[in-house]
Amino acid sequence: MLKFIAKRLLWMIPALLVLSFLTFVLIQLPPGDYVTTYIATLSASNEVIDQNTAADLRARFGLDQPMIVQYWKWISGILLHGDFGLSFEWQQPVSGLIWERMAFTLLLTFATLLATWGIALPIGIFSAVKKYTVGDYIVTLFSFIGLAVPSFLLALVLMYVAAVKLGQEVGGLFSDAFVTAPWSFAKLWDLMQHLWIPVVILAVSGTASLVRVMRANLLDELHKPYVTTARAKGLSEFHLLMKYPVRLAMNPFISTIAWLLPNLVSGSIIVAIVLNLPTAGPMLLQSLMTQDMYLAGAFLLLICMLTMLGSLISDILLALVDPRIRLE
Amino acid sequence: MSEAALGVIDAKRTAVASQWQLVWWAFRRHRLAMIGLVMTVAFYIVAIIPGFFAINDPSQQNPRAAYQPPAALHLIDTSGDGWSIDPYIHASVLKRDPETLEMIYTTDPKRKVELHFLGQGYEYSVLGLFRSRLHLLSSSNPREPVFLLGADRLGRCVFSRIMQGAQISLSVGLVGVFLSLTIGLLLGGISGYYGGCTDFAIQRVIEFVLALPSIPIWLALSAALPQNWPAALNYFMITVILSLTGWAQLARVVRGRFLSLRTEEFVMAARLDGASESRIIFRHMLPSFASHIIASITLAIPAMILAETSLSFLGLGLQPPTISWGVLLREAQNIRSIATAPWLFAPGIAVVLAVIGLNFLGDGLRDAADPYNR
Repeated sequence: MLKFIAKRLLWMIPALLVLSFLTFVLIQLPPGDYVTTYIATLSASNEVIDQNTAADLRARFGLDQPMIVQYWKWISGILLHGDFGLSFEWQQPVSGLIWERMAFTLLLTFATLLATWGIALPIGIFSAVKKYTVGDYIVTLFSFIGLAVPSFLLALVLMYVAAVKLGQEVGGLFSDAFVTAPWSFAKLWDLMQHLWIPVVILAVSGTASLVRVMRANLLDELHKPYVTTARAKGLSEFHLLMKYPVRLAMNPFISTIAWLLPNLVSGSIIVAIVLNLPTAGPMLLQSLMTQDMYLAGAFLLLICMLTMLGSLISDILLALVDPRIRLE
Repeated sequence: MSEAALGVIDAKRTAVASQWQLVWWAFRRHRLAMIGLVMTVAFYIVAIIPGFFAINDPSQQNPRAAYQPPAALHLIDTSGDGWSIDPYIHASVLKRDPETLEMIYTTDPKRKVELHFLGQGYEYSVLGLFRSRLHLLSSSNPREPVFLLGADRLGRCVFSRIMQGAQISLSVGLVGVFLSLTIGLLLGGISGYYGGCTDFAIQRVIEFVLALPSIPIWLALSAALPQNWPAALNYFMITVILSLTGWAQLARVVRGRFLSLRTEEFVMAARLDGASESRIIFRHMLPSFASHIIASITLAIPAMILAETSLSFLGLGLQPPTISWGVLLREAQNIRSIATAPWLFAPGIAVVLAVIGLNFLGDGLRDAADPYNR
């Protein structure tokens, strides 16, 4: 087991190196650089910058050097000093900007993960046990709709319902009074009140697909001879269900974390932009638009890392649960 | 007829049926899949000739119709003697609130705007091949535009824009899937057929691509597209971007199939018979998993449609003069516009319906893909 984890962790090193380079190339791809964007913003307010000042700015930000040199500076800064560089737009070190947002992104992801599993498991079991009943058809219909509704659309509709029909304020993770306040129980409660909207939105599509997976898995198990044996033994139906087939059906279920986690991280970005949450999404979009490359690069790198960690965790869980995989 | 007798007839028929016939029989039993098939075909018919289904020119701005609410369509005219099937709407009248100067639309129940089936309207081009003026529904009076789903900020007809948007939004999925399929078939096929080192290397690449979070990568790539590129090039690049991460899934499916088929007796028999590599692959192996591939493609298309919609919604995908469902949904971006004009959500309903249809279809195809497996 330890060997397996060590092997996977070692694999992550070259993968992350390739990844960091790709990320860097990616954020360098747009024509022009931050100075171009900066000049464009200034000229929108009728200020003109001459060529010399622009060149000075480029030299100060190190944008005049070849890309490979820039990459080396960036990656060595991260690896050796934990320094993610300076955000051009905010004129602050990137590390000061990202950690809080990444923490909220993680919080949102885990809350959603819990909600998704909490909803999907019982519904999936119900749908399989009561196959081809009205309840099953309703669940199936809703899970297909859940898969089909783009998350941003759901976010918009919920925002509309909450704001226009219920008169509740939406957007953000805190009320105005608590944004800058120190942590307290009141602030935590306030967070909970805001968190449920994005969690519900994100949980819908994840739940929909997990219900399908759980239903299919359980249906395969329910007709196996061991179920008949257990029933003949006189086990109560609920006990029997939970003890044998559900446990086996859970197996492929766990492997879905591998794509559930990355999907959640990815999916939360769009929802966060629509709801204007203080997570990675809106800031990443903004930095990509203004070509604030070190900020965008840091976010992309961290999100990719989270994704890889997610698939590692799922592989470990899977190996723990299923001995056949461990032996491979 | 008893169940057993049915079974005998079934067995007789299945013994001589081709694989595609078996797939079709299995598919036909799946009720949701049949609904999905009908929905998908209907959507793609609209995508091929959106101009025929549109009522007004989708790009036509109309300052006197900004945020005009949807008009109720009356199909049966009972005003004369008896009744007749004769669609019409009541003409809308624009007034201004004397205090707030807000535009208020009311309908005039006395004035009717009749709609003609297969009437003449604005001129449109059919796939760039020829031009036509024929429309499924058209207003009898060009001065009274008919807004079945209301109008947007600039007084453009939402219904006609949804019809027009179907062309781009639905074809993005097709083109994107075609691109991913080409890469996926090639790499997955090589990987699964040859195995060994090649397989190992390609598998690592696939794992790497699958491990990338798709949405941030799409955001970064489409932010890299220059805003002033021509619409056609921009459209093509978006599909390329979407297929860059989409091919890995398909490659995985193809590889898995190749690996399992490689050891089958009929492949061995073909090889002993002296068939060439390409004959083994294309004549013997490919047909036996084509149905699986088609099922995975059908399930990949809706994902691409959703991706394009999300990207365009965020302003990073297709750009405004181009009409796609995502571009249309940008109009519904803030609470105020939704509160004043909820009908701007209508393109979202089109997205949901198209995706549901394709998902039903794909689900049924996946179940039917292996007719021997029951």
